[in-house]
Amino acid sequence: MDPELIDDCVHCGFCLPTCPTYVLWGEEMDSPRGRIHLMKQHVEGTPLTDEMAGHFDACLGCMACVTACPSGVRYDKLIEQTRAEVEREHVREPSDRALRELVFQLFPYPRRLRAMRLPLRLSAGLRRRIAPGLERVNPSLAAMADLAPERPSRVRLPRRVEAVGRRRATVGMLTGCVQGEFFPQVNAATARVLAMEGCEVVIPPAQGCCGALPLHSGRPEQAVRFARRTVAVFERAGVDTIVVNAAGCGSTMKEYAEIFEGIGDGEWAGRARAIRAVDLAEYLAELGPAARRHPLPLAVAYHDACHLAHAQGVRSQPRELLAAIPGLELREIAESSICCGSAGTYNLFQPEAARELGDRKAGRVLATRADLLVSANPGCTMQITSAIRRSGAAPIPVAHTAQVLDASLRGLEKVA
Amino acid sequence: MTETLDELARRLEEALPPGAVITDPVRLRTYECDGLTHHRAVPGVVVLPESAEQIAAVVRLCGEYGVPFVARGAGTGLSGGALPRTDGVLVVTSKMRRILAVDLANRRAVVEPGVTNLAITEAVREHGYYYAPDPSSQQVCTIGGNVAENSGGAHCLKYGFTVNHVLALEIVTPDGEIVTLDADDPGYDLLGAFVGSEGTLGITTKVTVRLSRAPQAVTTLLAAFKDIEQGGQAVSAIIGGGVVPAAIEMMDALAIEAAEAAVACAYPRGAGAVLIVELDGPAAEVAHQFAEVERVCLDSGAFELRTAAGPEERAAIWKGRKSAFAAVGRISPAYIVQDGVVPRTALPEVLASIDRLSAEHGIRVANVFHAGDGNLHPLVLFDDAEPGAGERAELVSGRILDLCIEHGGSITGEHGVGVDKSRYMPKMFTDDDLDTMQLVRCAFDSRGLSNPGKIFPTPRLCGEVPGVRKGVHPLVESGRAEQF
Repeated sequence: MDPELIDDCVHCGFCLPTCPTYVLWGEEMDSPRGRIHLMKQHVEGTPLTDEMAGHFDACLGCMACVTACPSGVRYDKLIEQTRAEVEREHVREPSDRALRELVFQLFPYPRRLRAMRLPLRLSAGLRRRIAPGLERVNPSLAAMADLAPERPSRVRLPRRVEAVGRRRATVGMLTGCVQGEFFPQVNAATARVLAMEGCEVVIPPAQGCCGALPLHSGRPEQAVRFARRTVAVFERAGVDTIVVNAAGCGSTMKEYAEIFEGIGDGEWAGRARAIRAVDLAEYLAELGPAARRHPLPLAVAYHDACHLAHAQGVRSQPRELLAAIPGLELREIAESSICCGSAGTYNLFQPEAARELGDRKAGRVLATRADLLVSANPGCTMQITSAIRRSGAAPIPVAHTAQVLDASLRGLEKVA
Repeated sequence: MTETLDELARRLEEALPPGAVITDPVRLRTYECDGLTHHRAVPGVVVLPESAEQIAAVVRLCGEYGVPFVARGAGTGLSGGALPRTDGVLVVTSKMRRILAVDLANRRAVVEPGVTNLAITEAVREHGYYYAPDPSSQQVCTIGGNVAENSGGAHCLKYGFTVNHVLALEIVTPDGEIVTLDADDPGYDLLGAFVGSEGTLGITTKVTVRLSRAPQAVTTLLAAFKDIEQGGQAVSAIIGGGVVPAAIEMMDALAIEAAEAAVACAYPRGAGAVLIVELDGPAAEVAHQFAEVERVCLDSGAFELRTAAGPEERAAIWKGRKSAFAAVGRISPAYIVQDGVVPRTALPEVLASIDRLSAEHGIRVANVFHAGDGNLHPLVLFDDAEPGAGERAELVSGRILDLCIEHGGSITGEHGVGVDKSRYMPKMFTDDDLDTMQLVRCAFDSRGLSNPGKIFPTPRLCGEVPGVRKGVHPLVESGRAEQF
């Protein structure tokens, strides 16, 4: 924990109302300002007590405080360093240790995740729940959700997707772990949208986890290993831009150079800097529309994923892309900057707080009375879907920005 | 913890919901200061009550054990008003944040003390109402803290301070009684006495606020000047001309630099000072006044004028100003936020004196102020790693207050006296004045248990019993605070 970063905090408290755990509990120790104070105590010699570790673990890492901070405190760096310190120093309960080990040996490995998918029946179940809702609202979107093959095997993406019409750019595409295995239709839609907008899309099959999951959970060594592999894979693919459709992955990949610098690895930092990671919405907004948008008569509520809005500052682009679709009405979700409780692995490790936040978010989402919820992060999608199901309300279909654009670009409503 | 506090903590646990009493030393330390970090004291016990009855129970138990108590909201105060007592109980109202009732017909809302200032406005905005006082920390600071400090904000020039917008209060007296103070009650204005008493007369548990009708038209103008003198001239000319803007704010070059670094507010390049003038009211009146303000600014030498076209541009203009305090953290490792008042006409002279002080001591001072009512917020910048810099900054900061007093102003405009400025009180008031104030204090709190050590430099008359301790206060002993 870097004392200089800690000292940047002037204790003004502007972070408090943006912090999900402070919103829930109203306690200083579970606010960014309070956690920084705890970090300071630890740096000054106070041992890492169970209580202290508990308050660090309770942080979602949503980075809303980074957005709110007028003093520019790098809470993102601080909590990353702190989590690593907690993993090194703090002895967890055996059951907690086992759960963590399971998650870290499973989620960042697409092949292991795939093996888990069938028994979990997660993907099939999701589609079953979503499809009828979509069918009622808009059959084209239902078709879109059904793009994944009947059997929940993965969508086989080609290594290369040719640009439709004149080629405007060549980009790499990250397929991700959870996104690739649980939401393969999102990756398919992403590749199609990019192609229809004139991009040649390169999808190296050898790619794996980008390192976001271990990085956000205090496992920097595993994260660095994954980061190196990701950089190398895309270098070999010969692209200088990687389009990412999962918020958590994108935010980590944008930090690659900084991560390598942090461990004094100048060579890899240079290699990382030579490749630009960019969020899909951010990239499409920059590129400007080329393909024709077909109408989608839908009321859409857009959910800000924390790692997109706070960590990457991408807020306006997805909204602009959606609003530009004829017939589509964009609705804002109240308290949009407060995390839904998914936060990577948070809903696995802190289920109670995650549940409370999920319920809170579900209420705000349902209040929009939108036909469709758009979420650009697989974790948020699963979290909000399950919270709405829990509330007993009629399920609201959830799609990624890419899927909505895909439906519009292909004029799916006419196809269906 | 002493035995008394140990026992008190046990009793508090019986009286409060599970988890509402904090005694773990690591957790306690996170409450050691509010927004003013150079005064620190780890509270003996922290309690997080959820109702007026629970607060009353806490206060009664404190009385029983003769232990002092301090109320705290979000801990954003800038005068150390919520500085805890190592020998006392810190009563934190952050869990009491329900909006209990909104009565639009009678333009009032009843809220719990932990509700943030901005949350009130957000709750009624869609109906065309808002809560007028707007401290810069409005999205964080609580209404309970606003009541304690009689908080102002940029718009208090036209609309007044918290005291003008609170219609009734439910408080827990230092004896542990729950009573209501209502502005409509005949007799002495006890509500007026309570607002701004900085927690020394009891703890607020419910606030009835006035809701104001959102104005028909709002126009925000940003004027850039070569230097602060020109800006000051414009302020005097605007107010002298009979225009009362909703707000009229000034920032100097250094404050602009900080705000740019923090929020990239994109104020005009090369400005030595910017003035933010906001006009609101009926559209015709605003249009007329706007023309007048524009003319005055140009006459005073403004080289660029910008008018906000809509709410977003208006927010963009305000963003730099509202974040200025904390933004200074970007250009200086440490700083002191000062708060003083001078007559508006003395502004140019005082600002020139501050410049001289700054040069003389090698300490940079950034100026942000509510120019319309002469409320200065000099930000005294220093590097805490440099030996002696902190002391020099303290000196400059103190000398600025002397300047305010010399010019017939005040040592605080809106941040309160707290623990930080109690030592300046004798410079502004005679012993007789202070004794008279203490009589009011004693009428509410005869044992001096409610936020002792704040406002007054020395206990007088009824005396402030420092809880169970006798002799030197632990803060004084450890050199973390001084008592006069």
